[in-house]
Amino acid sequence: MDNPRRHKPYIIGSSQKKIDAVEKVTGRALFADDIQFGPQLLHARIYRSPHAHAKILSINTAKAEALPGVKVITSGKDFPGYIGLYLQDRHIYALNTVRYIGDPVVGVAASSGEIADQALELIEVEYEPIPPVFDPETSALANAPLIHPNLSTYEVANFIFPIQNTNISNHFKIRKGNISESWNECEAIVERRYSIPHIQHVPIEPHVAIAQAESGGNITLWSSSQSPFAQRNLIAKALNISQTKIRVIAPYVGGGFGCKAGVSMEALVVALALKAKGRPVKLLLTREEEFYTAFVRQGLIAYFKIGCNKNGKLIAMENRFYWDGGAYTEYGVNITRASGYSSSGPYEVPNIQTDSFCVYTNHPVGGPMRGFGMPEMHAGLEQCIDELAYKINMSPVEFRKINCLRQDSILVTGSKMHPTGLLDCIEKTAEAIQFETKQKPSSDKKRRGKGIALMWKAPAMPPNAGSSAWVEMAEDGRIILGVGGQDLGQGAFTIAAQMAAEILGVPYEWVKVSTPIDTQTSPYEWQTVASRLTWSMGNAIVKAADDARYQLLDLAASYWGEDINNLDIVNGVIVSYKSERELPIKDIAIYGLPKDDNSGWMGGPIRGRGNFMPSYVTGLDPETGQGERAVVHYTTGAQAVEVEVDLLTGQVDILRCSAAFDVGKAINPDLVRAQMEGGFVQGLSSALFEALKLENGILLNPSFVDYRIATATDIPKEISTFIIEVPQDDGPWGARGIGEHAMVPTIPAIANAIYDAVGIRLEGPPFTSEKVYLAMLEAGIVL
Amino acid sequence: MEQPTLQHKISFLINGETEECEVPGNMTLLDMIRDKLSLTGTKNGCYSGECGACTVLLNGQPVNSCLVLAVECNNAEIITIEGLEIDGRLDVIQQAIIEHGGVQCGFCTPGILISAKALLERNPSPTTWEIKSALVGNLCRCTGYFRIIEAIEKASQLP
Repeated sequence: MDNPRRHKPYIIGSSQKKIDAVEKVTGRALFADDIQFGPQLLHARIYRSPHAHAKILSINTAKAEALPGVKVITSGKDFPGYIGLYLQDRHIYALNTVRYIGDPVVGVAASSGEIADQALELIEVEYEPIPPVFDPETSALANAPLIHPNLSTYEVANFIFPIQNTNISNHFKIRKGNISESWNECEAIVERRYSIPHIQHVPIEPHVAIAQAESGGNITLWSSSQSPFAQRNLIAKALNISQTKIRVIAPYVGGGFGCKAGVSMEALVVALALKAKGRPVKLLLTREEEFYTAFVRQGLIAYFKIGCNKNGKLIAMENRFYWDGGAYTEYGVNITRASGYSSSGPYEVPNIQTDSFCVYTNHPVGGPMRGFGMPEMHAGLEQCIDELAYKINMSPVEFRKINCLRQDSILVTGSKMHPTGLLDCIEKTAEAIQFETKQKPSSDKKRRGKGIALMWKAPAMPPNAGSSAWVEMAEDGRIILGVGGQDLGQGAFTIAAQMAAEILGVPYEWVKVSTPIDTQTSPYEWQTVASRLTWSMGNAIVKAADDARYQLLDLAASYWGEDINNLDIVNGVIVSYKSERELPIKDIAIYGLPKDDNSGWMGGPIRGRGNFMPSYVTGLDPETGQGERAVVHYTTGAQAVEVEVDLLTGQVDILRCSAAFDVGKAINPDLVRAQMEGGFVQGLSSALFEALKLENGILLNPSFVDYRIATATDIPKEISTFIIEVPQDDGPWGARGIGEHAMVPTIPAIANAIYDAVGIRLEGPPFTSEKVYLAMLEAGIVL
Repeated sequence: MEQPTLQHKISFLINGETEECEVPGNMTLLDMIRDKLSLTGTKNGCYSGECGACTVLLNGQPVNSCLVLAVECNNAEIITIEGLEIDGRLDVIQQAIIEHGGVQCGFCTPGILISAKALLERNPSPTTWEIKSALVGNLCRCTGYFRIIEAIEKASQLP
């Protein structure tokens, strides 16, 4: 089908206001917890393991069941199936063994939350403790107590490599060039260990799910979800039922950042609903539960050895990553892989050896978080790059410019880099904060410094993650656009409408996105993760809109007896550039057109369809990590910051920052900049404040008072953002993703600026006043 | 049987309309607003007064409605996010936050708008620092606050 294209893009590249903004500022936007279910609604609470690692000897729920108002009680034995995205290593409720403090053991649904709370107090579970393991390096040792003795029997994706009879659930390897001989060529070598703590996503909306099961076996799940289709699939598999029996309805999501991807708490409530005789059951996580019983960001212990020659060219890199995957690594195993195939950072390195291990521990469940391993990995890597630059007396900016990826650079996995604007990103960010000049501190008790860091990141997903879309029209010619991707606030629905409007030649305001996302009526989308929607869902939307446009033009061409190539749609009207005839789409979109001489009708309700799935991603050699094409593409970027460190208190103030990312094409420049800004502050927050304080598996700070995130008073006065556009060959209008990338380089950019200011390097964030002050004291910078 | 709880009858003015409610003594203002009155624009983010998503105006003052008991609101005047729009016209602060792109996921937005409204009522020309301080109890994880602050600045400069 050769679709004629005429007008130049005018909606693409324009900063349309968010399609959902009015709903959201008036309080009308519906979130899952806002849906009213009436007095039939049951309230769920979860009895959770107080042990980090233990055998369950017995569960006695008799007293809880006897409590008036308790309607359903369920536990592991009722649902013995396995669940998991890449590695099926967990049950819906713990069965026989608990593996972290917070592991769900028994679910209760009652007519009120208070009764369900009382019921939890009456549940009696006997445990036999098993030695726990909390340190991923220890846990990776051969003699560590096994957390999943049955690891070798679990179902696993073919690109994940667990090692049986160990706690290693994935070992990803890179072997490129000749690492042992290459050290001789190096003029300078930096060897470092970095430790990145667990953090939490902290969406302001906690996880919430409501499930209802009909007697015929159909289940409806309303959830705050980035992944309605993956939830349908994984829960159906665990229950051993058809995916068509589960309908997931996902209204607006009050922040996701990865923690609402895959399945975390949603299956708990489905299991309760299956025994609730048709009554809906709701589970709303408390803020405390949110901090450690949904997903957390994995901890990382990373070893780097990096060397360059006297000209500053990177020669060799040897990396070892121990990812603290927690009790279940069903999703986290792929973070290990992603950090492996990106382990060079955005640089060309001829000799590289990487071992990236996903290790079970008795910590909370590690899962996907904005950046998918990249912020953690870059945190150490980009500090080593800085150190190398200083070692050979080169500016950190110059060093990066020499080594950064360009088009056709050979990547860590052996393939070639596509066109990229990384060099431009470096120059723009450095210039914006006048990197090479030093400003005077605001007092003689303070020191100023500047730091820069680069990043790269590919969408980490199965090679065949797909998208689809449809386009329909109403009687007045307005457009209804069906998508299965979710708007998490990033503006996915807005850019979706822009794309459809652009192709169809209608005003942006004419497009309505079909919401909420509903697996029964919305088109399939793998998940809203990996910053893949603009690119992947976008491609599906372009195809669907093109399909609808072709149907309209084809009909008009027949009606007028004209060549379709002379026709276009402008402002909702089909026009012929040849005959100058016009026909509003509203006149034909539903009812078609009469044939000549009143001999009948032609056409019919217009419905465009489109799908997209990358077809070119290949596997990688399990021993070397080399292959033809590891990923679909890499978004690259840079951030630079200026900080001031207070010598009296150790407090780090971020004075200004700059960010530049190569997004291929900004479909909506304001939304791209908004990602860069929000991502920077989330990165800043993780750099200065955030860490889950885990002691013997117990989380000591599960509240906003004890786990502080950045507030309005913590942000810099000034942020400069730069949109770089080197088009992606298979992206819609050349676009690629930006959501996650914006927080990837922030920790090392700030760390490098602290070093520039006071000459200290810390083993890992958060760079709290206390830590910075003590490090300055130890280094003799303050007395 | 479920234990009967002592109900209190209270009346109050909410978003310009008089309402009456029977509430148990331990019910929070947040739960009354969301569950009894079905005004779900006010959000529950932590239920412990730490995130600001449930901010409403109580007698003109911004409060975390999860920390206020409903029974305390007898004869009070309450304004929730639903009360900012009057006769289909958005408040200037609502307009400004749209204009400046200060909305992402939208979950903190109602609380932020109420805090901003309260600020502008007591201080029509706040400095940037005063705006930041007024928002310190409203957590936002998406925007990085830049556009929210900009929106409040611009709204305060409108005639």
